[in-house]
Amino acid sequence: MIYYIGAFGLVFIGLYIILTKRNLIKVIIGLNILDTGVNLFLISVGYVREGTAPIFSRGSGQVLMVDPVPQALVLTSIVIGVAVLALALSLAIMLHKHYGTLNLQKVKEQKW
Amino acid sequence: MILVYILVFIMLISAIAAYVFKDLVNAVIATGLMSLTTSILFYLLQAPDVAMAEAAVGAALVPAIFIIAIRRTGRYEE
Amino acid sequence: MRRIIAIVLLTIVVLGIALSLTEVPFGTPKTHVGDYYVKEGVKETGAVNIVTSVVLNYRGFDTLGEVTVLFIATIGLGALLTTHKERKKKRDVMPASLILSTGCRFLFPLLLIFGIYIIIHGHLSPGGGFQGGAIIASAFLLTYLGCQGVRISERRSKLTESLGGLVFVIVGVLGLIFGGYFLLNFLPKGTPFSLLSAGIIPIIYVAIGFKVGSELVSVIDNLMEGST
Repeated sequence: MIYYIGAFGLVFIGLYIILTKRNLIKVIIGLNILDTGVNLFLISVGYVREGTAPIFSRGSGQVLMVDPVPQALVLTSIVIGVAVLALALSLAIMLHKHYGTLNLQKVKEQKW
Repeated sequence: MILVYILVFIMLISAIAAYVFKDLVNAVIATGLMSLTTSILFYLLQAPDVAMAEAAVGAALVPAIFIIAIRRTGRYEE
Repeated sequence: MRRIIAIVLLTIVVLGIALSLTEVPFGTPKTHVGDYYVKEGVKETGAVNIVTSVVLNYRGFDTLGEVTVLFIATIGLGALLTTHKERKKKRDVMPASLILSTGCRFLFPLLLIFGIYIIIHGHLSPGGGFQGGAIIASAFLLTYLGCQGVRISERRSKLTESLGGLVFVIVGVLGLIFGGYFLLNFLPKGTPFSLLSAGIIPIIYVAIGFKVGSELVSVIDNLMEGST
């Protein structure tokens, strides 16, 4: 149960950083925190009490295992999170080269 | 069981610290600490594959590309 | 003012999600698909690691889509940040200290061996292509920090990345030719717990490992200033 609270706390903090902060790199940090929170929530849904990791070892019969499908999906989601982060940082660098500042308030005022 | 409570507490405190810090390098280090404790929580939820991926990506590569990008733009949040 | 509105909106959103989560209790088995994969996984695919067999055999097409997304992100970053001229002014960068440069030279082959071990044993123990690729990229990041002035040549990393993606698609098309559908597991399954088992799964993981490793290295190389 504490896992759910931790995951939603991370989602809350990530969304709050995106909504309130003005520096573009802080917004990208908030995007990273939001992504990590959602991944933690997905894996904590697939947990089964008294279950072990879904890998067989020698000399063990059928044991109770946790759900393997959310783990496969979260593996994909982590890699996509890294790809989005890299592209967002390259856009931030290009914005700084064009406008000279990364403050979103000042970028909005300089129209063209 | 008490270990899970301590780890979730550290994770939330470092996420709040990433919001509060004004020096951007400090905020990135706090994000790396949050990724590391999340990786330990993944291991306690019986998911070793995901724990390995999150530790390798979130604690080594993401702070590195953040710091390279911060070096090319401003360091302090105005 | 903006903060108060943000806090109120977010509290409503989080409360709404939390109220709808009373139907999802913590710690009970919820799906039937997971039970089927655990029971029939070793017989049908030959891989002992159930997560690997789900990622590459039952859900192989999603992995192809994710490899494509990483490829598009790397190409986009390379197209935005490429520069055609040499570094204009030389920033006086401090050379690395003696401990760092000696440690980098000592640790680099160990990290490479560890990454290749994790890639190859993907179907027997926790690990696989993505994790091993990230570890190999960390090894090359270490040479950027420790030995000053060493850059990875861009042509070779692009060649490795393209070869990795091409091997993945060719293995899938071979499955289409020999059997009925794309990404069919057409090689013999072998005995469980041995290295040469589970059909095409180790081959695809080696291709994905090389592809992800060289892509992350080229991302770091493009973000730094200067050209090759």
